[in-house]
Amino acid sequence: MRLSGSGVRCVRGGREVFSGLDFAASAGEALAVTGRNGSGKTSLLRLIAGLLTPEGGSIGLEGGEGELTLPEQAHFLGHRDALKPALSVMENLAFWREFLGGEPFDLAECLATVGLDHAASLPAAFLSAGQRRRLSIARLLAARRPIWLLDEPTNALDTSGQAMFATLMGDHLARGGLIIAATHAPLGIAAREFRIGGAA
Amino acid sequence: MTALAALIRRDIKIALRVGGGALIGVLFFLTVVVLMPFAVGPDLALLTRLGPAILWLGALLASLLTLDRLFMADHEDGSLDLIVMSRTPLELTCAAKALAHWLAAGVPLILATPVLGLLLNLDATATAAVALTLLAGTPALTFTGMIGAALAVTLHRGGLLLAVLVLPLSIPVLIFGVAASQAAISGPLEFGTPFSILCALSLVSLVIGPFAAAASLRHGLD
Repeated sequence: MRLSGSGVRCVRGGREVFSGLDFAASAGEALAVTGRNGSGKTSLLRLIAGLLTPEGGSIGLEGGEGELTLPEQAHFLGHRDALKPALSVMENLAFWREFLGGEPFDLAECLATVGLDHAASLPAAFLSAGQRRRLSIARLLAARRPIWLLDEPTNALDTSGQAMFATLMGDHLARGGLIIAATHAPLGIAAREFRIGGAA
Repeated sequence: MTALAALIRRDIKIALRVGGGALIGVLFFLTVVVLMPFAVGPDLALLTRLGPAILWLGALLASLLTLDRLFMADHEDGSLDLIVMSRTPLELTCAAKALAHWLAAGVPLILATPVLGLLLNLDATATAAVALTLLAGTPALTFTGMIGAALAVTLHRGGLLLAVLVLPLSIPVLIFGVAASQAAISGPLEFGTPFSILCALSLVSLVIGPFAAAASLRHGLD
């Protein structure tokens, strides 16, 4: 499996964010996208996720699963955590597992992995920022996708949370997964740096 | 299919919980209808004549009230991104969301109609006729309203735009809904004629709505 882009050009609101961007990542590899604020890290992830269309160039996946498109094989962990405050922690996670489909993983185990097993029946409205992030991470475990697109994944996580997530990312890479993460902080795993724009 | 069922279950659950909006719609419907006799005056014959029109207008405004949250809530918390990326076709997802909205916000309006009919001096036949036309017509309101909700999803204060976009599209439904109710109450038209057109409007919007909403969601994401 190999995800690559060539000559990708992105325009937002009439302004060119970046152009002529070439990148590639293979199975088992993590790409850490860095760059100053506004350099287009999030835009790049959204382009890969199919949520934006490139103005030029192309992004493609070779050797993926059958007829599924690139976005259908990817998890997107963005700034917004896709949680419903009215639903409990368990209900939120159960919904995403059913909606995203795939193997019926044990949800209680997923919650235990991210350290939220004690809060399973708590409405998501009462979670702290770090706990919300942990619940979003549990979504990555509840439905399996080979590609993880992570936007500042360690934001709001405490030290133990960051260590936990580094382990999860390591496991994912060991299973032949692929990670593209936009980040300022070190991810805690071996990742190739891909810099957008000039030096900071 | 499990994905769509899960989505419908989730949306209904959220609508029924605190702040969800299913009850707000019914309460608004109740308020609009209760205000009418105060505005029109205690003329029972006039109220009976206006009854179906008042109930239909109330239902139309009440369904519009909660419609702007249809995609906006999912857009604000990022769920919409994941829904667009998912393996379920977006058209089916839109149809499922509209169905859930109709079940949570439309059906309670129909159930409330018999009670409100009493306030407007409508007899049992008239109330049943209005409830039946609402049952046939409210899906059209939801599924055409969904197009407006999808167009306004990225705009702040999109609810106002939604009303301007959707209300003109609802005019045919309103005309034939009220016409069918009047036909059942006083004639001279046969009930079946306007009622068939009302059903046809619902079926057309059931087909067009999901495709138009999915297209505008794909286009409008950024």
